[in-house]
Amino acid sequence: MSELSTREELIQGNKDLKTITDDVFKPIIAKPNKLWFAGLLLAASAAAIGIISIILTIWKGIGLWGVNKTIGWGWSITNFVWWVGIGHAGTFISAILLLFRQKWRTSINRSAEAMTIFAVICAGLFPLIHMGRFLFGFFIFPYPNTRDVWVNFNSPLLWDVFAITTYFLVSLIFWYVGLIPDLGTVRDRMKTKFKKTFYRFLSFGWTGSAKHWQRFEIVSFTLAGLAAPLVLSVHTIVSFDFATSVIPGWHTTIFPPYFVAGAIFSGFAMVLTLLIIARKTMNLQDYITINHIELMNKIIILTGSIVGVAYLTELFMAWYSGVEYELFAFINRATGPYWWAYWIMMTCNVVSPQLFWFRKLRRSVWFTFIMSIVINVGMWFERFVIIVTSLHRDYLPSSWEMYKPTLIEVLIFVGTLGIFFTLFLLFVRFFPVIAMAEVKTTIKNK
Amino acid sequence: MKEISGYFEKEAVLLDAVKNLKENNIKIKDVFSPYPIHGLDHAMGLRRSWLPRAAFIGGAIGAITGLLFQIWVFTKAYPINIGGKPFLSLPSFIPVTFECAVLFAAFSIVLAYLFRSNLGAGANNKIYDERATDDRFVVVLNAEEAEAEVIRSKFEEAGAKNVKLED
Repeated sequence: MSELSTREELIQGNKDLKTITDDVFKPIIAKPNKLWFAGLLLAASAAAIGIISIILTIWKGIGLWGVNKTIGWGWSITNFVWWVGIGHAGTFISAILLLFRQKWRTSINRSAEAMTIFAVICAGLFPLIHMGRFLFGFFIFPYPNTRDVWVNFNSPLLWDVFAITTYFLVSLIFWYVGLIPDLGTVRDRMKTKFKKTFYRFLSFGWTGSAKHWQRFEIVSFTLAGLAAPLVLSVHTIVSFDFATSVIPGWHTTIFPPYFVAGAIFSGFAMVLTLLIIARKTMNLQDYITINHIELMNKIIILTGSIVGVAYLTELFMAWYSGVEYELFAFINRATGPYWWAYWIMMTCNVVSPQLFWFRKLRRSVWFTFIMSIVINVGMWFERFVIIVTSLHRDYLPSSWEMYKPTLIEVLIFVGTLGIFFTLFLLFVRFFPVIAMAEVKTTIKNK
Repeated sequence: MKEISGYFEKEAVLLDAVKNLKENNIKIKDVFSPYPIHGLDHAMGLRRSWLPRAAFIGGAIGAITGLLFQIWVFTKAYPINIGGKPFLSLPSFIPVTFECAVLFAAFSIVLAYLFRSNLGAGANNKIYDERATDDRFVVVLNAEEAEAEVIRSKFEEAGAKNVKLED
């Protein structure tokens, strides 16, 4: 990856400092085009339908969903894990690639971090409404109360509360610290008084002083150093939700690394979906180049292959362990009532990313776009398979059940997609979508 | 005391000028640039930042608070018997301890950074040139009344443009 920085410029079009500011500033000052409005309308409508479905669920109760005593975690927890996983790519790009000094990250880190924050917002919604008694959601936090009860620190579900809260807050401040200099640039370019005041407020009085830059870099590196183990811990703890139980198919030690790799895998796919749309509609082809897409596709091959190996290891261990329940769980996944979900997962996650070994396909924008969606469908089914197929056939045949989502559950999921895209579209309209200051450090013409 | 400000258009020229001014013992008040310049803090003689210590102290406080809190809850405030397992089960306290450490460390360093740099919502720091956040490298010097003109000419010699004198 590092040879790229010496062989060719990271961004194309022989930009100088001023043109970078101009290019990034354009979407903020210009009137958004029809495509943006159409997208916003579509996303906001989906969000509205989702919010109505959430209100209905809170009003009437969880009985509106297809979950039952055997399969208590249906779509909502599937969606929760899926969304949290998507968020991981943003932190991976902004923290881990920063520590490895991968300069190509500068074009994509800002929007990837924004994606992280929006994905975690969507993820956090699900456990909250899944509780059933939404209004008592705050019971999950340890606080002194008149009931003299404290939370159970032995429970991975409680660890999850701490992990997701920390992850959200740290991602948020990391993202904002990086935004401050660029918001300063936007402020200094604004002409009207109202907009200037607005961005002056947001930019925290940034001046670009050498001392501030020195501290900025130290803070960025320290936050990256903190966020890197944090992001690994988050999906590890999510996987503990399953791995510390005794359900066949969940009770495995491979879960933490397998979940983390899967999270980065699906997150990069979502980054690609968003960026391929953004670069086209906002004319950012010079910044998010085909080289960036190829590098992300390489990470997809790596993480996708780790996921594939994890699937096979699980199968091997189910047989090798000699535990009949474990073996049954895996045979049932592949051939039982939910066989189709298992094979969608296998095709999308194990077979399809291998096509990226071909350079031509790796560098095709259209193919990458289709693959980015295929991978996220596959990763959604991975969580569905893990949750539903493991639960629907457990130790007692008398409790065997089937699970089918109701329309409300589907609409809530569609609604989170709507919330996610609404937030993202607003972000690209009002904030600098490329980290200007960081891109400026990478160019030669300065 | 007077302030002399001017700008440069190229990073290389700026770095040379800063070194040059430093050698002539001229006090550089500050340099404003659109991006972090490598080697500039060294050329200006800025000291290393102590901010990572804020993260360490915050992280240590977070870890200790998180761990002690869990121990207190499980041994004193609300001991629950879970299948006869020990009340003080340290391994299961590690995840929350770790998350508390990261949370406290991240907030400590960011708050210390904002406070130390006088950045925050509503802060109104002086902007010498609006293009310092765009494509110009602005240098501000401190000079005694008597020396101001000499320094000004040296500054212009080094390549500074639009040099201004202010009180």
